[in-house]
Amino acid sequence: MNNVDINSMSCPLPKMDFETVQLAHGAGGKLSSDLIEKIFLPRFGNKTLDKLEDQAILENPGKRLAFTTDSFVVDPIFFPGGNIGELAINGTINDVAMSGAKPLYLSVGFILEEGLSLEILHKIALSMEFAAKQAGVQIVTGDTKVVNKGSCDKLFINTSGIGAVPDGVNISAANIQPGDKIIISGTVADHGMAVMTTREDLSFKSQVNSDTAALNGLVDDMLNVSKDIRAMRDPTRGGVATTLNEFARQSNVGIQLYTDSVPVKPEVKGACEVLGIDPLYVANEGKLIAVVPEGIAREMLSAMQSNKLGKDAKIIGETVTENQGIVVQSTGLGANRIVDMPIGEQLPRIC
Amino acid sequence: MKYLDEFRDPAIAKQILAEIKKTVTKPWVIMEVCGGQTHSIIKNGIDQILPKEIELVHGPGCPVCVTPLEIIDKALAIASLPNVIFTSFGDMLRVPGSNKDLFQVKSEGGDVRIVYSPLESLKIARNNPDKEVVFFAVGFETTAPGNAMAIHQAQREGITNFSELVSHVLVPPAMTTLLSSPKNRVQAYLAAGHVCAIMGWREYEPIAKKYKVPIVPTGFEPIDVLEGILLAVQLLEEGCYEVTNQYLRAVQRDGNRPAQDLVNKVYEVGNRKWRGIGEIPQSGLMIRNEYSNYDAEKKFNVGNIITQESDKCIAGIILQGLKKPHECPAFGKECTPMNPLGATMVSSEGACAAYYKYQRIKND
Repeated sequence: MNNVDINSMSCPLPKMDFETVQLAHGAGGKLSSDLIEKIFLPRFGNKTLDKLEDQAILENPGKRLAFTTDSFVVDPIFFPGGNIGELAINGTINDVAMSGAKPLYLSVGFILEEGLSLEILHKIALSMEFAAKQAGVQIVTGDTKVVNKGSCDKLFINTSGIGAVPDGVNISAANIQPGDKIIISGTVADHGMAVMTTREDLSFKSQVNSDTAALNGLVDDMLNVSKDIRAMRDPTRGGVATTLNEFARQSNVGIQLYTDSVPVKPEVKGACEVLGIDPLYVANEGKLIAVVPEGIAREMLSAMQSNKLGKDAKIIGETVTENQGIVVQSTGLGANRIVDMPIGEQLPRIC
Repeated sequence: MKYLDEFRDPAIAKQILAEIKKTVTKPWVIMEVCGGQTHSIIKNGIDQILPKEIELVHGPGCPVCVTPLEIIDKALAIASLPNVIFTSFGDMLRVPGSNKDLFQVKSEGGDVRIVYSPLESLKIARNNPDKEVVFFAVGFETTAPGNAMAIHQAQREGITNFSELVSHVLVPPAMTTLLSSPKNRVQAYLAAGHVCAIMGWREYEPIAKKYKVPIVPTGFEPIDVLEGILLAVQLLEEGCYEVTNQYLRAVQRDGNRPAQDLVNKVYEVGNRKWRGIGEIPQSGLMIRNEYSNYDAEKKFNVGNIITQESDKCIAGIILQGLKKPHECPAFGKECTPMNPLGATMVSSEGACAAYYKYQRIKND
């Protein structure tokens, strides 16, 4: 969506003593300072971070805070439509935003493999800067560690996020009632297939781009329609099927999905067909599922569709009293099937 | 999506269903041979909408499910060896051996990799000349040409660090074994469309005649399966015991001759044990002597493996169509996809896995 072509960014790597990450870059001495001052501060700097204290002192942004953490280990670190850096920013922003909170502050922890190209690290920092600015959040504290070559794969990033929950907003799976409508903000499986078709040594080239995006703006638009959103989550690992199963179990309702209701881009559907993978189980990084009372569903849907990150939003199903804790989809032939939790890794079909 | 959506169209499905209802006058038992068809039937709920006269029983056509435990244990032994890169289609990784699966070997440090094609495995061998690369060659006639091609190419390029652990099985001997059983209930077969795309259907013609069973090579989408059932019911009602092809867009009577030739060049037919069913004469493919350098069983010393199946698993009875998965006392209790007792609960084509995944609701 807001994918940055980092190759076109006109910000070259500052002159450094080394071309690659050295163990000393994480050892707290001169090289550590060099890394912070030449790569991280120019990208992430703000008046809190610039103080370079051991901690960030923050203005209390509200009565209730939303706080979350996530680690990012995606392989490959650059994939069609994004990279590990913007994923680390957007992913944590989204986890904060799913509570209805306004995301404000992030921490960033890097674990770098000795020998990683500083050029690559710089590119990733650039796209993190862009993603954070676009979403209106500040990176206020951070940490860098370097491990021996082979002890991690290129780089891992942990981000934590803090947001302020507006008064009157109380979004939780526990609030779901039978008769609610389930809305998805757009097409599913884009991110997972973008990564998978890059990672697997496949003989076809996919046109699939990751959907990585920060959803806090979309959530703002939704809260402007009504604060009465029952539950909201972003269906990342495990995909839509996993999120819906969590909703069903945690609220003890049944979920009925309409036939073929979940939107999938044709190229994503094609890639899923070839690999024998059900798009309902594939990860998304820029989509949300909201459960709302039936009375506000239409208005909520059209507000979402007016935002570019929700233009393909759709009502995909509803909550029901029967089949408690289970997700069921009608098959179009007048029969029903269970949409179960995945076991783990999606396994391809063999014939 | 073209060539896909039209084979999933509910309106067309309803027309065919109406035609089936009009045609059927008495009870019939039809077996879909292939696990891919079972999966489609259960996923789309086709068994729930058919007239009560028609009973579908699920056949042995899941290569993962019928791969014998000894071979799985051999795979685990080879994959655990240092200096080996063990490659396999993803389905095989979670199939339980005697005391672990390939995922566990991987977590213990074995280099186990999922590939989508045996040629990908050959590429790994090319790129890692100091390692032994083994491909787990399981499957029916469908996957045999690709697996034969990998050995053929390896020989042509002089690649010596590639081998296959072969457990190939053939469909027609299994079909006749089931029909010859005194417990047989099958009155018609939906033959596996992809197998027929390679092999054609000439070899089914004498089977249909001898055992008086109509055989319909059938595809995998809901419309394919419904149309296959309609053709089978028409043939049954007319008492016509012949082969009629449903899968027109993929299957010809002679099949794919170049693919068959390649398979015959690299493999030969021999006796093969089927997990849950036992040994079926002339039902497997083995690597020919000329290619024995590419036979992982000969390359690695894994000969003396003796195995014991779980006595709670009735997969063999299910694979013969004598019981349905939910009739097994362990189904959904001791045996789940997370903790499978047998391979039928693992594979995406296994009947137990399909029931567990899509239709547990009926039994809850």
